[in-house]
Order: sequence, then structure tokens, then C-alpha cells
Amino acid sequence: MAENKLIDVNNLKTYFHTEEGTVKAVDGVSFEIYPGETLGVVGESGCGKSVTSLSIMRLIESPPGKIEEGEILFNGKDLTKLSQGQMRKIRGNDISMIFQEPMTSLNPVYTVGDQIMEAILIHKNVNKKQAREEAINMLRKVGIPLPEQRVDEYPHQLSGGMRQRIMIAMALSCDPQLLIADEPTTALDVTIQAQILELMNSLKAQFGMAIMMITHDLGVIAEVSDRVAVMYAGKIVEYTDVKTLYADPKHPYTWGLMHSIPHIEKDLDRLEAIPGNVPNPLDFPDGCKYNTRCPFATDKCRVDEPDIEEVEEGHYSACWHVDKLEAKKSEEKGA
Amino acid sequence: MAVEQERLLEIKNLRKYFPVKEGVFRKTVAHVKAVDDISFYIKKGETLGLVGESGCGKSTAGRTILRLLEATEGEIWFEGKNLLSLDKKELREMRKEMQIIFQDPYASLNPRMTVADIVGEPIDIHNLASSKKERNEKVADILDTVGLGPEYMKRYPHEFSGGQRQRIGVARALAVDPTLIIADEPVSALDVSIQAQVINLLQDLQKDFVLTYLFIAHDLSVVKHISDRVAVMYLGKLVELADKKELFDDPKHPYTQSLLSAIPVADPTYEKERIILEGDVPSPVDPPSGCRFHPRCPYAMDVCSEKEPEFKDYGDEHFAACHLLEQE
Repeated sequence: MAENKLIDVNNLKTYFHTEEGTVKAVDGVSFEIYPGETLGVVGESGCGKSVTSLSIMRLIESPPGKIEEGEILFNGKDLTKLSQGQMRKIRGNDISMIFQEPMTSLNPVYTVGDQIMEAILIHKNVNKKQAREEAINMLRKVGIPLPEQRVDEYPHQLSGGMRQRIMIAMALSCDPQLLIADEPTTALDVTIQAQILELMNSLKAQFGMAIMMITHDLGVIAEVSDRVAVMYAGKIVEYTDVKTLYADPKHPYTWGLMHSIPHIEKDLDRLEAIPGNVPNPLDFPDGCKYNTRCPFATDKCRVDEPDIEEVEEGHYSACWHVDKLEAKKSEEKGA
Repeated sequence: MAVEQERLLEIKNLRKYFPVKEGVFRKTVAHVKAVDDISFYIKKGETLGLVGESGCGKSTAGRTILRLLEATEGEIWFEGKNLLSLDKKELREMRKEMQIIFQDPYASLNPRMTVADIVGEPIDIHNLASSKKERNEKVADILDTVGLGPEYMKRYPHEFSGGQRQRIGVARALAVDPTLIIADEPVSALDVSIQAQVINLLQDLQKDFVLTYLFIAHDLSVVKHISDRVAVMYLGKLVELADKKELFDDPKHPYTQSLLSAIPVADPTYEKERIILEGDVPSPVDPPSGCRFHPRCPYAMDVCSEKEPEFKDYGDEHFAACHLLEQE
């Protein structure tokens, strides 16, 4: 199986050395993505989900940021060891990325056609005319009406949903093996979000690429992912396939998150909020980083940090007290 | 039927147009019809959810009701008075009864004021305390109700997390003991695990202080959870309004139906038909003729582009504006 992995991240540590201290934004994260699958990465602000993706793209600003440890094997090649020149050949070609805010990621003074053509001209051996054809073709694939006209328009002439389609067209123009999508629908309205998610799913089937979907939205994760990594305070705390995660969460944080959101398909009188605040990355608690908010925390949790371990086949969790959570879940079921 | 609850707030044919100016002489060339003839009421002690996508006019509606924006036309009846006919002094008196909570807890608190001054300011404006000591006691009291200790009084907004800041925003609204609170996207800027804390707080306060909420949001799961009745807006118009259970179980307007079907469900085994709408929301400067939803509506008929459907009661206070329903 090992050689089958498209990307294999091992013990990745990305720190930021700031004046106020070292921020361990990503602190020992390991996961893999197989060809053609969607890995969802879910977590709240500051959990390290975006820094993980920027580390893969080697887009961490240095200083203050630095990949301190670990390897990122892409088709067996360690991306952390590549020069920026070698990395440039991979970015936009083998691995592409789309971001949350389509307006700020597009250049306002170039037409959308110029911006899509840029990647094509860099990575493919084509002339300008062919690149333009290719760009129009991509616009058509992402569902932009009148692509021959739209190709000469500027970003401000397009709506938010259209801009995100342009970003996707740009990202897919070189037929990447991995698409990293960092909150691609967060800035969009719910009906437009539905359009974009459907588009991404159909393009995934068409292009056969893998997607790393980063979001805070448990609904979006449930709809698009095959497997999910839940991040909290720079660590992956739970990691398994999507159905198992929602049916049988094995980390108190995942379990707490699922209880704290209102569900459209069922009525609740009251939400069970997770107490406390998302911890400050400059001042993470000792031991398990969730211990200050966890209902099952003991003295052990406040001192020793649990490693992520396989608790059931293919289901990983970083918690000392999975048994307590299990007891609580069966109590809930019985009640 | 139960005895009809008293209507605390009633909006009649409310319009808010923003002029679009062009040229050297700033001539008005068109109007953005942000809120275009909406009517509804809120009963005492209930929560009315107001949902819609960005640009539909829901926030403008909220602000126009408080007269933070001046209405172009219409009536706003609150406790027997038409707010639009009040002069400045009367309006200030009335504002004590109506408060607002904003979306962005980072932008809506003055960074140079301490928490005590932020929460105390409305108390000072309305002369609700006779001495500084009494005022500070009141502030401490209110902070306690929103779950912040008195030790926070001397601190500045930047020392707080997003969730705590939103608590300060809630405390400021509560300081004058209002009857109506307009909450404009109060949880959408917060982390998922913090949203539930603020939602629970708002629900507890409603019970303890008999508050009436107009809860404006785009997140339908949150609106469904907190509201008694829900109103749906599209391009400056109300398209549907009903009891929340009724609205979510039996949406009558095609826009509501597609909006509900577009919500991602946090359950990977949940199967549903999704209605994917074509295109984007049109510009409110030049909205489509007839029913404003007709260019995107999967069931549009000839009449829809010609005549505007009436917003009317289809039984048990289930209001909707759609030609399909009129034909049935």
C-alpha cells in the first residue's frame, strides 16, 4: 500500500518564531492522502489546518515560520528537501491550491484569462494562442456562461461564486494530482456553496485528482470527505473515515463539536456547548491540549500528552480516556 | 387556537432605498432597493428569525427598524407608537427599549474604552444610574449575567477572545433593560465551539428577562434552533414567513425549498434531494420584473415575470409570495 500514497506527511512540525515566543502552529502531524480521495481537515481558528496546507505547498513565510521537522512525501519525493526552484515546478502543476477569499486571491489588474493562462504557459509547452484556448476550455468546464467573453473580463466584473469558479479553473488548468482547498466556500452564500461543492465533486471524478478539503464546517466535511482528520491546537486528535467519525467519534473534542452544533435534521431544546475558549497558540496548556475544556480530563491529562493511536481498525484518536467517552456514549444511547 | 399574543413590533410596507449617484453633480441615477415593501410583526417574547443570502436586505431591514437608517417609506409600530413619526427626543427614549447586537465583535467595540465604559455608556446616556458607584454596580451585575466576572471591568476589548467580546456586546445591549433586541448575525464570526455558548446565553437571557428577538442570520441551522417563527428574504422582499416547524417541514416558496436543500448536513449518511439553483442573486439596483426570483426559479411560469405575487397568509399564519400557490 505504501507506494500507493499520493502524499504522506510524517511528524510535520511547523513553528513560527515571533517576538512574543514560539508558536507551534503544527506540532507533529502525520496523515496520508491516496490518489482520487478527499481528505477533510476540520478544526477551529488557530488549530493549524491552514499552516499544514501551506507547509505542503512550501508557502510558509520564513522568517518567522519554519518547517522544523518531519517529511512531506509527494509521490515518494520529500517536498521539504526541494529548492524553491524545484518547488515552483510542482506548485500549480502537480499540487494546486484554492483559497477562502476569491477576491483577494485574484489580481484585480489582470483579466481572468491572463491569470489562468499564466499557469498554463509556465507549466505546459504551448504558445499563447493555445493557452488562451485552454483557458476558455477550463472556464467552460467550471460552468462559466459565455466563456469566450468572460475570459477578457476583470475579477471585479464577476460575482463571488463566479470568482471562486475562476480560482478553480486556474487551479485545475494543469491537471494537478492534488488540489488543496482552504475554506473554499466559507465566504459564499449557501446556495452558491452548494453549486461550488457540486462542481468540485464532479471535477474530482472527471480529473481523477485527490482533494485536501480544509474547513471549519462539519456539514461541508460530511458532504465531501472520504476520510477526515480533526485538528486541535496544532495536532491531529482524531483520524478515520467520514462515516465512522460521525457515527462513532472517539475523541472528546470531536464528540463535543458534534453536540455543540444545531442540526437541521433534528430538534434540540438546548445545545451542549464546549466550555472555555479556543486556546491561544502562544500559551497552549500542558499535557493534552484539550484538557482545559474536556469533561473527562484527569490529572494525567494535565501532565502527559497522549499520542495519536489506533483505537479500532483504521480509527485513530489521541486521548487517554476513550473508555470514558465510550461509557458516556452508551449512557446517552440508553437514555 | 391559543389567545393571540400581543404584537410588540409591527412593520408595514417598509421600504429603504439607497440612491446611486453618478457624475460631477452627484445626480441620483438609480436606487438600490435594499428593502422593498416588507410587512411583518413580532409577538412579545418570541424570536423571529430573518434569513436570506448576502445582499438580500436583512441587515438593512434590522437597522431601518431601529432608525439607525432612515426608512424611505412605511410604518414601524412599536408599543403603540409609529417610530417613524417620533422626533429626536422621543426616539432616544424609545431606543432604550430596542437594542442591537452586531456581527463582528472585533469591530463593534471601541478599542480605547474599558469594558466598564462600553457597557456603562448606555446607562449614562439614559441616566439610569444616580452615581458612578451605582453605575459600576450595575455594570458588574450585567457582566455577571453574561458570564464575565467583575475583574474584567477595567480591561480593554483586545484582551478578550471573540466569544468573550460577543458577551460584552450582549451586556451592552442588556444594560438599559430593553424589550426588543435585534441580533444581526451574532454568532457567525465565532468559532464553532463558541457559537453554542453564545446561542445558549441568548436563550437563557430571553427566559430571564422576557426579551423579544429579531434574529438575523444566514445560517439556517442556527436560525432553526433559536427561532419560534422564521421569515425568508430574497432581494429586498419577504418571500415566506411561518412557524419554524411549519417552514422547515413544509416550505411553500421555491426559494425557501432550494435554500433548505442547499444546507450541508453534518451527517454523511443523510440522503437528500438537492435543488441546485442556477446563477447568482441579481442586482437590487435593477431587480427582475414580476416575482424577483423568477429568473432562477425551477417552476417559473409566464405570469411570474409579469406580475408580482402577493405576500399573503395561506393558513395558520403561513405567509408566502408565489404565483404557484395562488393557482392551487
